[in-house]
Amino acid sequence: MKPMKLAALLTVIVTGGLLLFATSDLPDWGDPLSPANASDLSTYYIQDSRDVTEVPNLVTAVLADYRGYDTMFETVVIFVAGLGILSILGQGKCEEPLAQPVASEQNRERDMITIITCRLVVPIIQIFALYVIAHGHYSPGGGFQGGVMLGSSFILIALTSGLPDALKRMSQERAIFLAGLGVLIYAGTGLVCMALGRNFLDYEILHKLMGGTGVKARYDSMLIVEIGVAFTVMAIMFIIYAVLSSKGRMRGGL
Amino acid sequence: MDVFLDFLIAKFNYWIYVILMMIGLFAMIAKNNLIKKLVGMCIFQTAIILFYVSIGVKEDARIPILTGHEVPHGGHYHTEDHERPYIDAKTVTNPIPHVLMLTAIVVGVSTLGVALAIAQKVHLHYDSLEEDEILAKVQLGNND
Repeated sequence: MKPMKLAALLTVIVTGGLLLFATSDLPDWGDPLSPANASDLSTYYIQDSRDVTEVPNLVTAVLADYRGYDTMFETVVIFVAGLGILSILGQGKCEEPLAQPVASEQNRERDMITIITCRLVVPIIQIFALYVIAHGHYSPGGGFQGGVMLGSSFILIALTSGLPDALKRMSQERAIFLAGLGVLIYAGTGLVCMALGRNFLDYEILHKLMGGTGVKARYDSMLIVEIGVAFTVMAIMFIIYAVLSSKGRMRGGL
Repeated sequence: MDVFLDFLIAKFNYWIYVILMMIGLFAMIAKNNLIKKLVGMCIFQTAIILFYVSIGVKEDARIPILTGHEVPHGGHYHTEDHERPYIDAKTVTNPIPHVLMLTAIVVGVSTLGVALAIAQKVHLHYDSLEEDEILAKVQLGNND
């Protein structure tokens, strides 16, 4: 065995042993009185968050409202990751589609059955993704999940009809624009709150613009920021696939 | 023996996460191939996600989506238009670990994308993904 592997094995065994030893201090499985589960914060979210937000899905309420900063900067992280991939592998401006297709495309025979099936399935995936985004207040879902589904529908087009076909529908420029738009929607909602004299992302004050009560404003603004998250996630997921599958040339592809 | 078995069953989930985490850590340190290192990183990440979600579990609790059929805690309180019973917090799963991990999964995917992009760039440049071959080529380049 190589010395490097032996050293790694020793490290892993020692670390694992210490971690296993530490598990005796951790709470039992499913203990409702464990420190994390019985904390005031968790109890507050469960008992009170529905009254101030009217959102039955506690995860969405905490994600988009109470932890709005966290979610906004997670969205920024995704956006920056997409830009990072483009700057590492991309070759600047997307070139015009070649008059003479790349050799790998020329020799490829696209399967009729997969293309037709994909054409039937993609609209259903996209409608379901929109449902997941819009229904995040009441069921498992929201911007991240729906955005990934929307992105996967474009990836499906790229897999079956080829990357150029998918880029015709969602070009590199458009994807970057949508990703930036998503972050702008999220941060813009926060800035509007500031302009109206409250803290950043304190949605309650938005009832002055949207009408209704402060609770309704929090409920509606959560949907707005989820849509922003969905734009960014969708665009970046597609960019990741498009760049990685074509080695940054943005044509050819798998 | 019974004491040990009780201990093992009560903490069994942690054993799995620790083992998964150590598999990932070993792959990150010992594997020679960059893609295998990334696979190790993903396994490590998954172990931590499982660990977090398991912290929020409560025995016999419902999912953290309120349907109006929650077990009341006793006592009512008034909102603007109607009165509602206090929910017994023991009967609803802790939402906080779910929130933290929901964002962590998507961010994990995008950071993995960056890592794969770097690996692909390395492959374009050095024509190899094996660590020792890349190191040899880097040293060869430095000596020139």
